[in-house]
Amino acid sequence: MAGAVTSHLSHEAAKRPKHITESPIVKWVLISIALLFLALVVLLPLISVFIEAFKQGMSVYWASITDPDAVSALKLTLMTALIAVPLNTIFGIAAAWAITKFSFRGKNLLITLIDLPFSISPVISGLIFVLLFGAQGWFGPWLDDHNIQILFALPGIVLATTFVTFPFVARELIPLMQAQGVHEEEAAASLGAKGWQIFWRVTLPNIKWGLLYGIILCNARAMGEFGAVSVVSGHIRGETNTLPLHVEILYNEYQFSASFAVASLLVFLAVITLIVKSIVEWRTSIVQAGKEGEQADAH
Amino acid sequence: MKGSKARSVLPGFGLSLGFTVFYLCILVLIPLAGIVVKTTGLTWDQFWQTVTSQRVLASYKISFFTSFFAALINLVFGLIVAWVLVRYKFPGKKLVDALVDLPFALPTAVAGVALTAIYAPNGWVGSLLEPLGVKVAFTPLGITIALIFIGLPFVVRTVQPVLQDLEKETEEAAVMLGAYRWRTFRRVILPELIPPLLTGFALAFARGLGEYGSVVFISGNMPMKTEITPLLIMTKLEQYDYSGATAIALMMLLASFAMLLLINYIQWRSNRRAVTE
Repeated sequence: MAGAVTSHLSHEAAKRPKHITESPIVKWVLISIALLFLALVVLLPLISVFIEAFKQGMSVYWASITDPDAVSALKLTLMTALIAVPLNTIFGIAAAWAITKFSFRGKNLLITLIDLPFSISPVISGLIFVLLFGAQGWFGPWLDDHNIQILFALPGIVLATTFVTFPFVARELIPLMQAQGVHEEEAAASLGAKGWQIFWRVTLPNIKWGLLYGIILCNARAMGEFGAVSVVSGHIRGETNTLPLHVEILYNEYQFSASFAVASLLVFLAVITLIVKSIVEWRTSIVQAGKEGEQADAH
Repeated sequence: MKGSKARSVLPGFGLSLGFTVFYLCILVLIPLAGIVVKTTGLTWDQFWQTVTSQRVLASYKISFFTSFFAALINLVFGLIVAWVLVRYKFPGKKLVDALVDLPFALPTAVAGVALTAIYAPNGWVGSLLEPLGVKVAFTPLGITIALIFIGLPFVVRTVQPVLQDLEKETEEAAVMLGAYRWRTFRRVILPELIPPLLTGFALAFARGLGEYGSVVFISGNMPMKTEITPLLIMTKLEQYDYSGATAIALMMLLASFAMLLLINYIQWRSNRRAVTE
C-alpha cells in the first residue's frame, strides 16, 4: 500500500560477477526500455504541468496563483491539512504503540481494519459522509434544526480528508516499531522511567525519521485529495474549493494556463515529499550501516 | 487481553488501544456501516435493478478491463523497472528511483489534467498518434494510460525488495549446472518473483477500480463508452439519487474486499512457502 513500501537501493546487488549478469547489450536494452517507459508515463506529465503553466508568461502565472479564489483555495487546503494531519499522527502513534509493544487477540484484524481506507474508492469515502450528514442522512435533519453545517463546509472536507489519509502514519510506524522490538523501552522502564518519559526519551528518537516520512506522505495526500473532497465540498468558489478542486474548475472553464499554474503548486508539494523521502531513506541507511558496524566491532 | 497486559512492563496499553479502537470506530467503521444500512432501505428487486441496469453494467466492464490491462502493462514494465533499479548501475539511478514514487505523491487531479494535455488530439503525444489513427484521450485507451500512471509504483515497490534479497548463490548454482542466463531467469529467478508480481498486480488492479481523479479528465465521461463506475456514483449523487449511488458503492466495496482477501491470500501462501522451505 502507499507509503508502506520504502526500499533502499543497495550497491551490493548492483555489483555482480560477469557469469550471473546479462550481456551489456541486454543490460542497456533493458535500461532503455525502463527509462523510456518512465519518461513517457511519469516524467512527461510532470514537465507538461510547468510548460503549460508558463505558456502565457510569468505575469499570467503570477496572476493565476494570486487570484483571490486561488488564495482562498490554498488557505482552505492548508487549514484542512492542519487539522487532519495532526489527528492522524496522534492516531498513528497510538495505534503503532498498542500494536507493536503489546500482544493481544485480534491484532491482525485491527491492522487490516486500519488499512481499510486504502482499498476504498475516494468517491465512496466521500459518499459515506453524505449518507451520515446529508439532508436525507442520519444526522441531517438534526443538524439542520441546530443550524450546524457539516457537508459543503469545512467540517465535511476535514472529515473526508481525515478518512482518506487515516492509515498513512500508522502504516509507516508499525513495521518500523515492530523491527525495533521492546527491549529499549523495557530497559528504560526497569530503570524507573515513567510512561511519557519512555516515549519521549526512548521511542520517539528511534522512530523520528519514519514518523517524519509518514507525516509528509499523509500531508501530501491530505492536500491533494480530490475524489472524496469533491463529493462533500459542494464546489462553492472561494469558500469550499480546495486547490485540487480549483484546478478542476479552471480546467473545465478552459482556463488552461491558470489551471496548470495552480496545479504546479501541488507539483511542488509532491516534489518536496519525494525529496524528504530520499533524505529519510538516506538517514535510515546510515543508521543501519552504523548498527551493522557496531555489531561487526563486537564480534 | 488482561494476561498479556500483565506480562508487559510497558505502560499505556489501555490508553493507546482504547484510543485506536475509538478513533477507528468513529471515523471509519460507523460511517462505512452507513452504506450497508442505507442499502437495506431498498428492496432486493430495486437493488438488483439498480446494480444491473445497462449503463451500470457497461461501467463495470469499462472499469474492469481498463484496470486489468493497466495492471498487466505495469506487471511487465514494472518488473523491468525494478530489475534495472536493483541489478544495474547507471547515471541518475537515484533520481529514477525517486521518480517511481511520483504517482503516490502527485495529487490525482494534477495527474489527470497533465495526462489529458499530453494525450489530447492537440497534445504532444496525442498529435503524433492522431495521423496514425490512434485516439487516446476520451477513449478507454486514455483511461488505461491514467491507470498505468497510478498503478506503476505498486508493482515496482512490491517486486524491488524481493529482487534485492534474492541470494546470488542460487543463480551461481544454476550457472554451474550449465544453465544459460535466460534459463536461469525463467527457472530460478522468476518463480521467486511470482508472489510479489501477483501482489503488485492485484494492488494496482484494486487501486485502478476505485480511481477517480486522474481518470475523469482523460476519459471524456461518455455513458456506455468511457464512464467508469466511480464516476457513475458521482453522477447519481449529483442527481440526488442517494439510494442508487449507495447500491453501486456497495457493489464496489464488495469487489475491493474480494481483492483485499485475494492479496492477503497470496501473501499468506508465499509466506507459508518460505517457512516450509
